[in-house]
Amino acid sequence: MKLTKILVAGSALALTAGSASAIDLTLVSWGGAYQASQQKAYVEPYVAEHPDVNIIWDESSSEAVAKLRAMNEAGNVTWDLVDVTIADAMRLCDEGLAMEVDIDDVAAPAPDGTPASEDFGDLLLSECFIPEIVYSITFGYRNDVAAWNGATPTSVCDVFDTKKFPGKRSLYKGPLYNMEWALICDGVPKEDIYTVLGTDEGVARAFKKLDSIKDQVVWWSAGAETPQLLADGEVVIGSTYNGRLFSVIAEQHQPVSMLWDAEIYDLDGWIIPAGLPEDRLKAVKDFLYFATDTQRLADQAKYISYGPARKSSAPLVGKHAELGIEMAPHMPTDPANATNIIMMDFPWWSDHRDDLDAKFQAWLAQ
Amino acid sequence: MSDTTETGPMLAADGTPLKVSLNRALRRQKLRALALIAPLLLFVLITFVVPIGSMLFRSVENEIVRDTLPKTVAALKNWDPSLHELPGEPVYAALAADLKVAVEEKTHTKLGSRLNYENPGMSSLFRQIGRSVKKWDLATDAPFKEKFIEANKGWGDFSTWRTLKTYSPAYTNGYFLNAIDFEKGPDGIRQREGNQKIYVTLFIRTLWMALVIMGSCLLLGYPVAWLLANLPNKTANLLMILVLLPFWTSLLVRTSAWKVLLQQQGVINDVLIWLGFISDENRLVMINNQFGTIVAMTHILLPFMILPLYSVMKTIPPSYVRAAKSLGATDWTAFWRVYFPQSIPGIGAGAILVFILSIGFYITPELVGGTQGVFISNRIAYHISSSLNWGLAAALGTILLAAVMLLYWAYDKIVGIDNVKLG
Repeated sequence: MKLTKILVAGSALALTAGSASAIDLTLVSWGGAYQASQQKAYVEPYVAEHPDVNIIWDESSSEAVAKLRAMNEAGNVTWDLVDVTIADAMRLCDEGLAMEVDIDDVAAPAPDGTPASEDFGDLLLSECFIPEIVYSITFGYRNDVAAWNGATPTSVCDVFDTKKFPGKRSLYKGPLYNMEWALICDGVPKEDIYTVLGTDEGVARAFKKLDSIKDQVVWWSAGAETPQLLADGEVVIGSTYNGRLFSVIAEQHQPVSMLWDAEIYDLDGWIIPAGLPEDRLKAVKDFLYFATDTQRLADQAKYISYGPARKSSAPLVGKHAELGIEMAPHMPTDPANATNIIMMDFPWWSDHRDDLDAKFQAWLAQ
Repeated sequence: MSDTTETGPMLAADGTPLKVSLNRALRRQKLRALALIAPLLLFVLITFVVPIGSMLFRSVENEIVRDTLPKTVAALKNWDPSLHELPGEPVYAALAADLKVAVEEKTHTKLGSRLNYENPGMSSLFRQIGRSVKKWDLATDAPFKEKFIEANKGWGDFSTWRTLKTYSPAYTNGYFLNAIDFEKGPDGIRQREGNQKIYVTLFIRTLWMALVIMGSCLLLGYPVAWLLANLPNKTANLLMILVLLPFWTSLLVRTSAWKVLLQQQGVINDVLIWLGFISDENRLVMINNQFGTIVAMTHILLPFMILPLYSVMKTIPPSYVRAAKSLGATDWTAFWRVYFPQSIPGIGAGAILVFILSIGFYITPELVGGTQGVFISNRIAYHISSSLNWGLAAALGTILLAAVMLLYWAYDKIVGIDNVKLG
């Protein structure tokens, strides 16, 4: 008797829940501080307005490409919106796994009426990609190294100067970023990097430059490694994402400083998986329209030191939500930091990454 | 069943010959047994045989070129790449027609990324031509050869066409060649240049390191297992918990702990400096190299050696060694001639477990391996999750599987798999 009652009550509950037409949206992101910034800047205000939408996070962005392909082959895509880097977005778009979108259709115009396509401008590098943030790969160094006799690195080429700045360095365990810096410090003008890197001599030249510090390098593959290595004093200078260095410096108060020279810009943004059913697509587009508007992108910068992808968001960037410090000077896009930037040539890398990666691994193994 | 002196067929109670009745009963028993293991059998079939089969298939499958560009592949049949001439207008026209369909279905970029694995640059070649083809009219815009080359001079490059022709069959050995550092050159199969060779080195390194790790596990595990088996129960149990505790701890936690211990500013270096064995400038490099990988992996895999050894040693009666000694054997002879041979089944089981587990290790080498301590599985992971070159990943995986089976076979010949005892 009792059991029947519970069962009846339970199914009644389930029925009412169903009739309220609640919708689950699965968002995929990177976890950690970055996902938290998205939660606070986009999701919380959106859910406050739309209580019928239920947001579920999946921290799978680092393997999004492989997982999405596997889901697609199995014919059961469970994700609704995926946060990926531009390189992955291009790959997903090429593979037909991401939906091509018209940016003016899915993203709101700026408050002054500028269409989204102009507001995002040069950052619209793939038909499937809706940019969110600009981050940079740059160097942090310990500012208490006795062996440097008070000198501080001012140029990216100081990384290659083991005489003036002795100590271990940490670099990304792959050809990205390192090849660009090696060529610049070997005297190649910034605008010619990719032409030179496209030739066998150029690749050899970059490796020769990297050879000069190879025995002093600790190679990282996860973004958290360099901050840890710097904090431990295991390395004296190392490359990583600028947001990671911000938290080492501003939140953990380690004796580390930023070297903003020759920072390499990279982009992160959303893609919609291809083949979503109509009702989910509608819900996703509604959320996306809200989450990529000028105010929301500016709000995100309150929680993490990555630059908003819209030009119109830049003036709205305020103070850090908890630390109360002005965020603009910590943005990779701040004019004072962006004096010497390298814009990665993403289409070039999408062609040559696998080839150079094989060469890089062979070089590492030598 | 006892022998009987009666002649003629023996009959069961119901009158059928006993043999038939027995056979029927046995068959029923067998069927029941089969029904009992059927769930497991199906489970193994679905979760093991099918995925491995599909992986093996992926390493040779190459239908994408033929499916995306059917007319071009047919037109290329008559084109001879050894003449070093570009194909003629019919081939370009066929490609235009194929691309028109492919662009509609958005499959041309997928083909581009497939061919990019063989010839860097094909990816953007296909992405760009897709945009141009959209504007072309097949009926009026001929001839297409100039139009293609005008759109991107890559289409006037001989190597583009050679790649297309080489990879037009539905099945290819290209992934396997790639996996052993070979490639399809203009004049047939050839070895890759020195700066592109990685896989053979990695395979050899993986096998070698797995052997070293297995050896160090045995060296460290044998005395521990002996102690466990021979101490009084109370102490042995405590020791057993010490062996099992790390076994239950997450692999990532243990790997990170080794990082803290081994790094240059780490605990071991600090202690050595404090004791005065080394100076502050000469801190030992114990991590991000092969040494770090071997230490961390030995620690992680040690329980897999100790447990089978222990369970075998537990069954060796102590009276044998005592008997040997009472007959005048020295301690060493008694151990080497009497005890050790009886523990060999445990060594066999532990060694094969540790070896096979370490061959597939991936997280630990990635975190503490630096440049000289990475395994082949790290490259497989790269191709699965980053480059999306699943064909190459499958070929590498297949070779690894074949190598393990080959070693297993050799092991069976030398040690004999019947001599292996897990408990």
